[in-house]
Amino acid sequence: MTKYEMVVGLEVHCQLATRTKLFCGCGTDGYGETPNSRICPVCTAQPGSLPVLNAKAVELAFRAALALECRLNPVSVFARKNYFYPDLPKAYQISQYDKPFSEHGRLRLSEGGKTVGITRIHLEEDAGKLLHDLGALKIDGSLVDLNRAGVPLIEIVSEPDIRTGDEAHAYLAALKEVLQYVGASRCDMEKGEMRCDANVSVRPEGAQRFGTRAEIKNLNSFKNVKDAIDHEFHRQVAVVESGGRVVQETRLWDAAKGETRSMRSKEDAHDYRYFPDPDLPPLVADESLVARLKAEMPELPAARRARLTAQLGLTAYDAEVLTGDRALADFFETAAAAAPKGAAKTVANLLSTEMLARLNAESLPPSQAPIAPEHLGRLAGLVVAGTLSSKGAKDVFARMWQTRKDPVELVSELGLAQVSDDGALREWVRQAVASNPKAAADLKGGKDAAIGSLVGAVMKLSGGKANPAAVRGLIKEAVQS
Amino acid sequence: MSVTEADVRRIAKLARLRLSDDEVSRYGGQLSKILEAMAELGALDTSGVPATSSVTGAVNEPRADEPRPFPDRERLLDNAPEREGPYFKVRKVLE
Repeated sequence: MTKYEMVVGLEVHCQLATRTKLFCGCGTDGYGETPNSRICPVCTAQPGSLPVLNAKAVELAFRAALALECRLNPVSVFARKNYFYPDLPKAYQISQYDKPFSEHGRLRLSEGGKTVGITRIHLEEDAGKLLHDLGALKIDGSLVDLNRAGVPLIEIVSEPDIRTGDEAHAYLAALKEVLQYVGASRCDMEKGEMRCDANVSVRPEGAQRFGTRAEIKNLNSFKNVKDAIDHEFHRQVAVVESGGRVVQETRLWDAAKGETRSMRSKEDAHDYRYFPDPDLPPLVADESLVARLKAEMPELPAARRARLTAQLGLTAYDAEVLTGDRALADFFETAAAAAPKGAAKTVANLLSTEMLARLNAESLPPSQAPIAPEHLGRLAGLVVAGTLSSKGAKDVFARMWQTRKDPVELVSELGLAQVSDDGALREWVRQAVASNPKAAADLKGGKDAAIGSLVGAVMKLSGGKANPAAVRGLIKEAVQS
Repeated sequence: MSVTEADVRRIAKLARLRLSDDEVSRYGGQLSKILEAMAELGALDTSGVPATSSVTGAVNEPRADEPRPFPDRERLLDNAPEREGPYFKVRKVLE
């Protein structure tokens, strides 16, 4: 039986994190706001209005391209993509066609180190939104909200390098991470700030030629992308196996049914009649701007992960968790710098358990955590020095979250300092051994596991403040004597 | 260069124009003449001239990313053939 492989390329649209639209001064914050509250003569295509390019959109688009190792074209051209649809007031979308601003990049996936080529990235404006009814109220027409019309997007087109649904998922995750890192896009999928179409074809394993591809639309989550691609692969294999031919078409993913279905094929194929937009002069990639953006390029997540594992001894898993978000990684590094040498692992533990749980529960970004990173570093220092037990550290963290106080202050305030004082520990150990003669005898007889109940007894006597490591040593000493 | 009737009908369809048979043949003739006139440019030697998408020589002068809300959105909505509350209204679109 022939074995098949899938060939997938992704087209991802991401909203650039600007304050205003691509060609006018209307705000981009219209999501969920009053319909048509962010409109003007330009983005509603009133006769005589003219587009003026947003400098920040260019800067963010260039940043994204540099982070994806693309070549920036010295000159790029805006083109009109012509089609009629009510969400597109000009009856053309301003996009880029044969001269996009960047090409020939690549993105390394975190999993397995595979690299996916980036064919091109171009700038374009978003369309508006159509509504067919208002909740339960049926309307005798369709309604148009142009808050989104003209919002700046980059379209990132990958090479057909993706071979599995999981790779597609990993590509999108890596892309989102990089774009958020350089501040190009917030990539909030729920707000439609990151959208994906997938080109899928199949071919016998080892074949050089590509099969006919289908384009799948309506993929609004990473999971949808993976599921849709996997489903489409099996559908196409079944078509080929039964002697049929895959048709080049656009298919919609139906997440509820878990299948793709053909969109009613239009009578004639799309003919967008692209041509250079006479309203917009060519975009020149200003050399000083590009030099500045290169100098400002932050360390990207993959490089940062490698450095954190090598320099600070973090596990690959911890590094992955901490670098997924740039603000979180910044928080970690500031905290680790404030902690004593060798405490980085403890900082990472406190961050990924105590802090992330609370941030998630309260849906706060790391930058708004009510804890100073330096304080977290000092807390880790207290744990490493043996002043606080790990249970004590949890308690202090909880208080830090509420009070924003320095952990050193809280430890004395709460009386949580771990007791390492020899005299006090010995007295607790003596009592514990006296009241647990069987455990003491077992331990003396070589049953090491018996030490647990003795340590537990000491912790109980001390109200949790005894330093467990010191206690263990003293118990062994006590039973042997 | 001659524009066929099929060309005219296709172009009209793309432009959402409904043409009578008379108009198809009339515009076909006019379009052919326009293309013939443009074809004269083909006689020029442009081998040393770089391709261009713009004739003004201007380059893009982007603006700062400062919001400038338009003060009169009601006028924009009223300018449409039909509106429904804060929405523009169009004929039912079926997807």
